[in-house]
Amino acid sequence: MLQVLWLIPVLPLAGFLLLAVAGKRLDARVVSALGTGSVGLSTIASLLVGAAFISTPPAGFLYTQRLWTWFVVGNFAPAFGLSVDGLSLVMILVVGIVGFLILLYSIGFMAGDEGFSRFFAYMNLFVGSMLILLLADNLLFLYLGWEGVGLCSYLLIGFWYREADARKAAIKAFVVTRVGDAAFAVGLFMLAHTFGTLQIQEVAQKAAGTWAVGSLSAQAAAALLLGGAVGKSAQLPLQTWLPDAMAGPTPVSALIHAATMVTAGVYLIARMNALFLLAPQVRFIVALVGAVTLLVAGASALAQKDIKRVLAYSTMSQIGYMFLALGVGAWSAAIFHFMTHACFKALLFLSAGVVIQALDNEHDIFMMGGLRRVLPLAFWTFLIGAASLSALPIVTAGFYSKDMILLRVWASPEGGIWLWTAGLVGAFLTSLYAFRVVFVAFFGPVKRQVKSRPGLPMKIPLIVLSVFSIGAGFIELPRTLGHVTLFSDLVEKALPAARETIASLLTEGALQGIVSLASLIAVLAVGLYYLGPAASARRARSRAASAVERFWYSGWGFDWLYRNVFVKPFVNAARLDEADVIDLPYRGIARIMEWGRIALVLTQSGKVRWYVMGATIGAAIFLLVAVFA
Amino acid sequence: MPYEHAMMLAGILFFLGLAGVLIRRDAIFVLLSLEIMLNAAGFALVVAGAQWHAADGQAMFLFILAVAAAEVSIGLALVLWLFHWHRSVDIDRASSMRG
Amino acid sequence: MTFAFYLAGAIAIASTSLAITRLNAVHALLHLVVSFLSVALILLLLGAPFAAAFEVIIYAGAIMVLFAFVVMMLGPAQKAASEERRWLALRAWLGPALLAAVLVAELIYVVHAAPGKATQVAGITPHQIAVFLLGPYILGVELVSLVLLLGLVGAFHLAYQLGKRERSLRRGVQP
Repeated sequence: MLQVLWLIPVLPLAGFLLLAVAGKRLDARVVSALGTGSVGLSTIASLLVGAAFISTPPAGFLYTQRLWTWFVVGNFAPAFGLSVDGLSLVMILVVGIVGFLILLYSIGFMAGDEGFSRFFAYMNLFVGSMLILLLADNLLFLYLGWEGVGLCSYLLIGFWYREADARKAAIKAFVVTRVGDAAFAVGLFMLAHTFGTLQIQEVAQKAAGTWAVGSLSAQAAAALLLGGAVGKSAQLPLQTWLPDAMAGPTPVSALIHAATMVTAGVYLIARMNALFLLAPQVRFIVALVGAVTLLVAGASALAQKDIKRVLAYSTMSQIGYMFLALGVGAWSAAIFHFMTHACFKALLFLSAGVVIQALDNEHDIFMMGGLRRVLPLAFWTFLIGAASLSALPIVTAGFYSKDMILLRVWASPEGGIWLWTAGLVGAFLTSLYAFRVVFVAFFGPVKRQVKSRPGLPMKIPLIVLSVFSIGAGFIELPRTLGHVTLFSDLVEKALPAARETIASLLTEGALQGIVSLASLIAVLAVGLYYLGPAASARRARSRAASAVERFWYSGWGFDWLYRNVFVKPFVNAARLDEADVIDLPYRGIARIMEWGRIALVLTQSGKVRWYVMGATIGAAIFLLVAVFA
Repeated sequence: MPYEHAMMLAGILFFLGLAGVLIRRDAIFVLLSLEIMLNAAGFALVVAGAQWHAADGQAMFLFILAVAAAEVSIGLALVLWLFHWHRSVDIDRASSMRG
Repeated sequence: MTFAFYLAGAIAIASTSLAITRLNAVHALLHLVVSFLSVALILLLLGAPFAAAFEVIIYAGAIMVLFAFVVMMLGPAQKAASEERRWLALRAWLGPALLAAVLVAELIYVVHAAPGKATQVAGITPHQIAVFLLGPYILGVELVSLVLLLGLVGAFHLAYQLGKRERSLRRGVQP
């Protein structure tokens, strides 16, 4: 059964090709079936591979399938090779299942759009590229998938290309992630040059053998790879593109900018853990980046009015948690949080999409109100998602993953109390902003009428994801609550296990209690603020914003900073060459040719006698030369 | 028999015809001058054949004659077309292939 | 013998010059007929009776007659046009005339430079020509007959189309 591994990325890519070529001519139902079915079949293949992998694991818990050699240059011969282990298995299952559900949702959400088939084509290309990224067994092939998802992100953010905002956001996303991709590429060059190969397993072994822990080369390589991860995962300092990327359709935000593409950075660091283990300073930077981002993004989310922007900053913040976990050596915790986050963030985006569409494209939460009575399904699913995001204790999946991260942060020697405190504050902020949206948009008086209701293709994924958002956490329970380690067992075949754990159960319980309490207090506070006395004034749309609020609203001023430091000088420098001086010689050549033409045209008078005259003169000269010379 | 002089005569006739082509603007005259040129060329061929006492010269003269006849018939038809389009026989009018 | 040659030659040159400088096309045609006849005489003197006969029959007899038909057809329009052009031609005369003179000079020089052979004139009979044509030159003969056919068909087609056009124009219908 493991042989069907190659079908997993190939099926969505085949779907893409079919839809790209013939999509416009096909009926909408065929397009829906094709677009969703290809990913669905791919997911079934993933499940089969997973079942085979778990029941009869291959040697070393790693299965490789080499498709063909890409190119051969000297000793360097990368191939199109796929490999699956515990880590990639988890990720392809998440991508497949969540992707399938989101595509199912899109059948309803994108119905009637003029680019219906184009949407499904791009989404299929995206899923195919993401699967290549996850299954690649060498870094060059991974980079191919990396660039592929970047391309699809651009195409899908700018899907409604007639809107100026969408176009600008797409370019912004591409350019900012390009900075990270450039760092990634330089890192690849370095690795290829030093080791002569980009096979992940080989690089891991050779690096461990060649470079000492903490050596400069290891730091450099790890830092460059981190640069790429930071760009793709929208962490500081390359995070500015993610909020603007919400200009794309909601399913795109759900799939690419919440569940999958933005976690590619997390995957990269986890996959190259051998390299990062050789560079402890870089690991510290990873944790620091994660901690700072989760705080900055959490504060920014608190000041947003657009429901999707809240969720975008929330994504940024949660990935910060994942980076924090990776930085302190809690590899499996990061992947666990990725899994639960994919479920509840996709759920949040999809139910937000239901709300947006029902209110005729209204994004401002202060223009919404009382939706729990008119859109009950959206309310309950959004509530479940928000609860899981806030890691409300016991009943939500988010609780278990966030809890695991924070426990490991406390226990790890690279962690410590300050990083743990940052995580705690972050959890508090998370509950604040998540339930702010719940109380403002779903409670209180109704402010806008509902124009349309979701159909079945949109309802089913919501329900399924709600179940996952509650239940997905139960496969990994902490020691205080039953000590189930199904998830870690699978993933820790591929990732190094967390080294230290907290000695006493009491400390563990106390820490869990503090975090849970923080989340619950935040919910209570927000509830009082927006539902208690003087609430209507606070829910009014046109409140004056304080300076702090405006600062947080603008994402801590990063856009302003980058615009003035990078964009304006570059544009001014480009303006110097507005007349395109470089092109002058080429245009000059063309002009000279034009003059030559004008001159020569005079010889073509169209008159027969003129031409005969020309022939005669030529004959005379020729004969003169022949006879007398 | 002064064969060289006969050749020179052929040459003179040929260049007279050429001059006619270059000078005259009336299409009929141009065709006429072309006939003079063709005749002179054929004449030169016969002279050469006679000089070497071979029948080839006259055979070639016959071919040239036949070609000239065909050319004249088509050429005159074209002159009629020219007259139809421009209402004059000035061949300089037929210069729309300029530029 | 040679005197006849020089006399005929002089007449040929004179009549050709006259032919290309006449205003009236019919006058030019007549002069040209004289020129062809004198050339035919020279051909006879050269011992090529076959060629001489053809010159008279085809060149002077057929081609010139064809010209005469067309000139008659175009008639007045041609006459009016040629008069005005005459004044322009005077100025343009010099260049072409000079050119032709240069070429003639070259030819004379070339021919004179090579040593010639003045041999006895022995005529070539039509019989010999016929044997030649139907022997080594058979391919040429076939091709020439094809050319004549093409000329015939082409001229017919052009004239027919022209006729159609002119008839519809006269009726007032767009061709």
